[in-house]
This record gives sequence, structure tokens and C-alpha cells, in this order.
Amino acid sequence: MSNERAVASAQRSSESIAVAFDNVNLVYRAKDSSTAALEDINMSVGKGEFVVVAGPSGCGKTTLLKLIAGLISPTEGEVRLVGQRVRGPSKVVGMAFQNPTLLPWRTMLQNVLLPLEIVEPHRSQFRRERAAYMRKANELLESVHLTGFANAHPWQLSGGMQQRASLCRALIHEPEILLLDEPFGALDAFTREELWLVLQDLWLERTCTVMLVTHDLREAVFLGDTVYVMSKRPGTLTERSEVPFSRPRTLEGCFEPEFLEMFRRIREQIGEVRERTS
Amino acid sequence: MQLRERLRDYALPTLTFVLMLGLWEGIVVVFNMPRFVLPAPTAVWASFLRWQSAIWGHALQTLYTTLVGFGIAVAVGLLLGWLVGYSAVLYKALYPLLVAFNSVPKVAIVPVLVIWFGIGTVPAVLTAFLISFFPIVVNVATGLATLEPELRDVLRSLGAGRFQVFYKVGLPRTMPYFFASMKVAVTLAFVGSVIAETVASNRGVGYLMIAASSRFDVPLVFAGLLVIGAMGVVLYVGFAFLEGRLTSWAYRK
Ligand SMILES: Nc1ncnc2c1ncn2[C@@H]1O[C@H](COP(=O)(O)OP(=O)(O)OP(=O)(O)O)[C@@H](O)[C@H]1O
Ligand SMILES: [Mg+2]
Repeated sequence: MSNERAVASAQRSSESIAVAFDNVNLVYRAKDSSTAALEDINMSVGKGEFVVVAGPSGCGKTTLLKLIAGLISPTEGEVRLVGQRVRGPSKVVGMAFQNPTLLPWRTMLQNVLLPLEIVEPHRSQFRRERAAYMRKANELLESVHLTGFANAHPWQLSGGMQQRASLCRALIHEPEILLLDEPFGALDAFTREELWLVLQDLWLERTCTVMLVTHDLREAVFLGDTVYVMSKRPGTLTERSEVPFSRPRTLEGCFEPEFLEMFRRIREQIGEVRERTS
Repeated sequence: MQLRERLRDYALPTLTFVLMLGLWEGIVVVFNMPRFVLPAPTAVWASFLRWQSAIWGHALQTLYTTLVGFGIAVAVGLLLGWLVGYSAVLYKALYPLLVAFNSVPKVAIVPVLVIWFGIGTVPAVLTAFLISFFPIVVNVATGLATLEPELRDVLRSLGAGRFQVFYKVGLPRTMPYFFASMKVAVTLAFVGSVIAETVASNRGVGYLMIAASSRFDVPLVFAGLLVIGAMGVVLYVGFAFLEGRLTSWAYRK
């Protein structure tokens, strides 16, 4: 009886896990050098969880996301998405890269529409649904304050504007698992805070799983359900903190003592991590 | 502002052209050059007007063989360039061969073509093709081979297959390279067809010039040169215009 219940709960938990890392190592091999980027990563991210990864520059955060996206495969160990071993890119994942990487020959609108031209089922109904898709793309651009730039080319926009457009591109096909690599890195403090709210609203509405990489610890505490801290290269996950604050969180909440305490603790953890190896 | 740019773009080349003609005319008059060594521009023009109807026919023939040869070069060049740029194996296998082939002087091939196809249109078309496809292959291959891995990753992360990556990123990315090479290739194609016509044809501007020079009608030879030059410039400008239209993003205009 109790045994059965344990089995059932184990099954449920494996179904409700979106991303899992099992003893993952990753070594970048070049002609005459090899760089150990990640070591012994174990992690599981629940469905609908908002996970933030923070850590010093060069510790392997981007590498972590690329493993989930299926762009590279682990040297050792296994990465699983919704129970399935990752063997290559999959359509349930959407990624916003650290650099905006917009296609220079496309306008902003066309760039945002790109995933719909590739990911099924949108791809086969792209012509038919074009008007609806364009409306959706325009709405997304509007939500990141890029109205009026739909027909501009990437080089006509600032770095921060390009980054916002690239965020729209990652969102448009509504992936179940959203990977965001420092999506607000090039923005001023005010725009950034505004976009935290936009992202939080989107996440609450869609209940997708988010993995966000950032250097901004206020951002980490504001957005995350769980915050991981990574050590210097080779990167390992050293600390895991759960952020208990209720949703939707507000910007005023950033000045509450609990928030500041959390912020201070994570900041300390990163400080330790930085000193440990250097 | 815009008027000044217009002036610079059109007036300047015209001015240098006119100045050059003036200088040429001056030299011929001052040194009293014989017509069969260096005819004055006015004499060339007179000869052009006199043989106008014949020249048109030959010019059209040359234009025709050039464009057909160039068209084949574009098709083959694009295809080969994509293949070579896309696959490292094919690059290794084909590139040395292409370079070797390109080093062969095309005049040396014309007699072989004559043996195979007889004299006339075919050798001219083929020479135009052979001489002009190489720059297209090299440029298109370079465009593909230097594709930023980041852009490829964007597509791959969405689950795009190899062909989709090529179609959405590789192809548009090679277009500026392709158009740059077209401008070179189309002028080379003229060289090819004229070479072939001088050796193995009884039609075309190349043939006209050879025939004229055997009669020591040097003004007519120069008229032929002028016609080839003019056609080359017109086609070059045409492709430069297309380039500006279709790949303006690469020049950020
Ligand atoms: N393609 C690659 N080939 C070889 N080494 C690489 C490659 N990509 C990353 N690395 C190495 O792996 C390590 C981790 O890189 P990664 O990009 O994941 O860092 P990061 O945590 O995202 O850093 P940042 O915060 O600066 O973006 C770096 O030390 C880098 O030198
Ligand atoms: Mg990074």
C-alpha cells in the first residue's frame, strides 16, 4: 500500500520534471587544447519552475543552456528533457542567445517570425495564419517597447533594442522550456526592471519552464523560484536557494528586508565562489 | 546634397572619359599618327557610323553568346559554390581541381572546343562560361564557409534541418558575395566570347575585329573595342543596380 504510493509519487515526479542533469561533464576539445567547462552537474528543474543561474564570467552558464538546447552534447552523463534524453535540438525549447544574433537581412518583424517558419505545427500553416502570426509578433514587440521598429533592420537598432527583439523571437512559438542567456544584459536599470515585470507576467500566464542566466543578483532574486550559484571553471553548481516570495512580485518588494537578506546571501555565496579558486 | 551626389556619380566618369578622348585626339593630331597605327577618336566614330548596321549584328551575336555563357556560369557557379562551401569533404575534393582548371589559359581550350563543336556560337558560349564561372564559385563558397556559427545555432536550436539552415541562413548570407562576383564574372564572360570569336567564328565583334585588322582597317578595330567596352559597362551597371536592390542590407542602406 505505502509502497504503491511511493511508486506513484516517483512516477508523478519524473513526469513533472522538465529538465534533468545526471552527472554531466563537458569538455571543449580544440586541436591542441581542451577546456573543462562543466563538471559533475546534477540538477532537476520542475515543470513550470523559474530557475535562475548566476556565477562569475566564463564559468559555463551559456554552456549549460546549450546542453539543454541540444546544440552540444555532454562529454559524460546525460541531460533529459521531460524524461527524454536530449539527442539534439527539440522544438519544446526556445532560446534567446547572449548575443542578439538577429539575421541582418530580415526586418525586426521577420526576425521575430522566424521560429514560426521552422517549428511545427506553425510551419505548415504559416501562409494561412500569416495575419494572426504578424499580429502576435507585433504584440510581442509592443510589450518590449519596440513598436514602430517592426520594419527596421537590426543594424538600425541599439544593442539593447536588438536584445529585446531577440527575446521576442524566443517567445513567439511559446516553447515549453524557455532558455534566456542574460536577456537584459545590455539594458539600463529602468528598462530592465520593466522587462522583469513583462517576463513575470508572461511566465505566470503561460506556465512555461524558464532557465535564466544573469549576472544581476537582484534580477535573480526578483524573478527566480530557485537560484543556483555556479563556481568558476570548471563550473559546478555550488549553491541552491529557494526564493519563497509570493507571486506576482512587485518592484517595491525589492526593498523588503527579506528580499534584501536573500540578495545579500546570494551575493556572499558568489563572493566565496570567486575567492575559492583564485 | 543629392544633386551633388548625382553629379559625382555621373558627371565625374563622363568628364574623365571626355578628357581621355580629347587627349587621345590631341596626341594623334600633334604627332601626326598614321591611321593604321592609332586612329583618332573622330575617325573611330566615323568608322562606327559607317559600319553601324554590320556592327549591330555582330554586337548582338557577342551579347547573346556572352549572356548565355554567363547564365550557365551563374547556374553552375551557384550550385558548385554552395556544394563546396557547404561540405568540407567536397571542398577538399574539388577545390584543387577548380584552381588547376582556372589556371589554364582559356584561349588554349578554344581549339579543343572547335574540334568538338565546330566553329560558331557554341565555342563562344562555352568559353564565356568557362572563364566566368570560377569567381562565382569561389565567392559563393566563401560566403557559405564563413557563415557565423551563432546564426547557424539560432536555426539549429529551433530544430531546423540541414536544408532549412541552408535555405534560411546560408542562401541569403551568400547573396552579397554572389552579386559581387557577378559583376566581375559578366565582364570576364565578354572576354571569353570575344576570344573565342577571334579564333573560331565568322560572327561576333571578335570576328569583326580580326577581319578588320587583316584589312588594316584599324579604325574599325577600335570601333569594335569601343562597342565591347560599352556593353561591358552597361551590364556591369545593371548588376550593380540589382546588387544594390537585393542585398542592400549588407551595405546597411
Ligand atoms: N566553443 C568553445 N570552444 C572552446 N571553449 C569554449 C567554447 N565555448 C566556451 N568555451 C569555454 O568554456 C568556458 C565556459 O564558457 P561559457 O560561454 O559557458 O561561459 P559563461 O558562463 O556563459 O560566461 P559569460 O558569463 O561570460 O557569458 C569558458 O571558459 C570558455 O573559454
Ligand atoms: Mg555566457
